[in-house]
Amino acid sequence: MGKIALKDIYLPETATAVAIRQLTPTEKCFEFKLDSGKSLGHMPGQFAEISLFGIGEAPISISSPPHGEPTFEMGIRQVGSLTGALHRLSVGDKIGVRGPYGTTFPVTTAMKGKDILFVCAGIGMIPLRSAIKYVLSHRKEYGKIHILSGTRTPAFRLFSDELEQWGKVDGVRLLETVDQPDDGWKGNVGVITTLFSKISFDPKNTVALIVGPPVMYKFALLELRKLEMSYANVYVSLERKMKCGVGKCGHCQINGLYACQDGPVFRYSDIAETREAI
Amino acid sequence: MLKVLDTAELGTWVEAIIKAHDVIGIQARADKFDFGPLAKVQDLRLDYDVSLNAPKRFFLLPDEKLFTFKKDEAKSAQAAEPFVLFGVHPYDLIALRQLDKLFEMDNPDVHYLSRRAKAIVVAVDVQKPSAHVFAGCLGFEHVEDSYDILLTKIGNEYLADAATAAGEKLIALGKGFTKADDTHLAARKKIWDENKQALRRHELKPNKAQITAQLEKSYDHKIWKEKARLCFSCGSCNLVCPTCYCFDVADRLNWDLASGERVRTWDGCMLEDFATVAGPHNFRNQREARYRHRYYRKGKYVPDKIGEFSCVGCGRCIGACVTHIANPVEVYNAIMEA
Repeated sequence: MGKIALKDIYLPETATAVAIRQLTPTEKCFEFKLDSGKSLGHMPGQFAEISLFGIGEAPISISSPPHGEPTFEMGIRQVGSLTGALHRLSVGDKIGVRGPYGTTFPVTTAMKGKDILFVCAGIGMIPLRSAIKYVLSHRKEYGKIHILSGTRTPAFRLFSDELEQWGKVDGVRLLETVDQPDDGWKGNVGVITTLFSKISFDPKNTVALIVGPPVMYKFALLELRKLEMSYANVYVSLERKMKCGVGKCGHCQINGLYACQDGPVFRYSDIAETREAI
Repeated sequence: MLKVLDTAELGTWVEAIIKAHDVIGIQARADKFDFGPLAKVQDLRLDYDVSLNAPKRFFLLPDEKLFTFKKDEAKSAQAAEPFVLFGVHPYDLIALRQLDKLFEMDNPDVHYLSRRAKAIVVAVDVQKPSAHVFAGCLGFEHVEDSYDILLTKIGNEYLADAATAAGEKLIALGKGFTKADDTHLAARKKIWDENKQALRRHELKPNKAQITAQLEKSYDHKIWKEKARLCFSCGSCNLVCPTCYCFDVADRLNWDLASGERVRTWDGCMLEDFATVAGPHNFRNQREARYRHRYYRKGKYVPDKIGEFSCVGCGRCIGACVTHIANPVEVYNAIMEA
């Protein structure tokens, strides 16, 4: 065998929680700062492997746009042992970080100059927020923007304070819906696909980014097809079990593709025939 | 460097190697064989048929420390010790060659690679075919690279082919090695040709390229459901496979609740929860889907990645499967019939 690589791809660097806020009953937003003082260097759509030593490690998508600072944000749902422990963190506590890993939304390529349709279902908002904020901070480089957001109930609306601000930006149309309204809800009711009939966009000049629970993709893609949207202009981010994040452990395979390396962001036309994808 | 050693001298040579190195050698385990620390030369059984476990376990450990941590500080655990792996069959060496590529590509895995770099591998041509071997159908009955030394038993002699400096050094520890000539090479070629026929306990009809091409259109073949109906999702086929390398990662905390280690352990795509995420949502919840995945991985996904067919024909899975559904030859023959 030849020379040995010196870098240990499984060894995390450390970061410190600098801000934590509750987003919904089950989600918190964490701002972490890399102890190295360097920027994470991610682009919208990527994820990082987050560790708590003694608990474990999991892939978590990055919610903040790239900004050159050593901080980054992650919206995290409390759902397992690691995310449960993350939710017990206080400001000043340390985590382990590896990454960023994976493919990105095409904010600097295919999306440039195009109208953009964001379809954010449930915690799909979390990775899409990175792209939304990137696009809004480079507003002139894109055309009209539609942001569709759907959650189970009004209580599960993510980044609700920011949503209102986004809706006020020139050329941005925000539509929200909930599956089950509460007494105070005056907006749309129904699954996210019910919002498609309420907007009009030029399918030839629009790039759509869709992220949500596995069950949602098939229906959202069908709606877009009905609206004559080409799948070459549709990007999805697919969740899979991941252990290593670097194409070794085998858990995230979608047929022959690796969600950690070939994804998590896929151009849908590239995987429309991939049987395990959607 | 080609040398010849009388079989009567083999013991003295191996003894010298045991004195100078840590040796993992092939030896008897009840009525079967396996690799393990070789304490005395009498235990070495180069006439073995197949080892219970594939030699991958000395490089991708079944339970392996990746790093240790204490509170918030982590320290990489890279402490590979040099050793000699003695008695690897060609098909298993080809499997290691594939793992080398997979762990080297894209993001090199220092844990696997450092163990591999420090190991001296002595391969040996098969002397007795195992009950289920079909490596001959795949051209994996012999190997022409990736070893430090290749031993071939020719009559009362061993032909020793040292391909590296480390291999030559190992040969230098022996007494009684003499020069080999063309007749030895011709005899080895004859043994390779014979093994191509002998290592065919199951007859694979298509060739490797045909299988990879056929899998392109076999996703809905009835074989997956038919076979998977009897699958216990036990993962035995994964466990014994020389090219399976999927792993899980977990933390082990010490009693002080502050220090511990992160470990990786072997995992298997046939196990029910292999693709289950928190929620829970299982992306491959049907036995049929898991079963198909394994044959696609060996026959198409990994070949597409590294350009080599990823079943080496050792036949271990055939012997390990309690319901007799894990024979790759039956599966790949069946998909050719459409």
